[in-house]
Amino acid sequence: MNNLGSVLAAYLVGWGIFFVFYLSVGKRTSDLKKEVENLKSGMERRK
Amino acid sequence: MKKDAMFGFIVVALIGVSAYASFFVAPDEKTMHAVQRIFYLHAPCGMTALVAFLIAFVGNVAYLVKRESKWDWLGIASVEVGLAFCTVVLLTGPIWAHPAWGVWWAWDARLTSTLVLWLLYVVYLLLRTMIEDPDRRALVSAFYGVFSFLDVPLVYGSIWWWRTQHPQPVVFTSGGLNPVMRKVFYLSWASLTLLMALLIRKRYELEALRSEVRGLEREAEAQ
Repeated sequence: MNNLGSVLAAYLVGWGIFFVFYLSVGKRTSDLKKEVENLKSGMERRK
Repeated sequence: MKKDAMFGFIVVALIGVSAYASFFVAPDEKTMHAVQRIFYLHAPCGMTALVAFLIAFVGNVAYLVKRESKWDWLGIASVEVGLAFCTVVLLTGPIWAHPAWGVWWAWDARLTSTLVLWLLYVVYLLLRTMIEDPDRRALVSAFYGVFSFLDVPLVYGSIWWWRTQHPQPVVFTSGGLNPVMRKVFYLSWASLTLLMALLIRKRYELEALRSEVRGLEREAEAQ
């Protein structure tokens, strides 16, 4: 029983999930940062 | 910012070292050979997921006691990260089980309780999308989070209390694991625990930003 393919598949799936999760958090964070900037500049303009 | 980058670099470096050790330093297991190396990812991910859910439980209880938003943020951040780790466990387990057992899945106590745990915390996330008011959402999810955590001791204890198809404990027992394998396992667990801390921190910052957006929106409406 060698199954090196299974080992590689498991590690690819594992690290892939962490990578996608990290990217998703990064994307949501940058979207919110943009929203904060927009809201702040909108409020400045109205003052 | 510099501290964050440094922490990220340390985590990535440690993960690289532990992956190298899992593939090239740990000795070949006599019966399963290469496929046993999945153990160095699967088992530490399982333990890290339980630690993340424990942190979420602490956040949930603290919110119920203090009613401060930061505890709710810790709860949701830890649940999402715990779910990512739990998903890895539920996917890498069958990849190992198929060559080792001849089946992808068995409805034994460890596997079933882990699947139930995953479902419980998926419901936690769904529940949060259904409640708009932030205070009510935090309160309901804190109660639900405490309830969900009841499954964590069951998952941990299942292989100690019952006979399962899942392998019996080898880490916290004497003589169950080759000393080099044990060291590689602990290295892998350390790197994944640091990764969990990094991800929870990032996810917590996201929740803090969400709260800032809500505050700014209220201010803009009041103008």
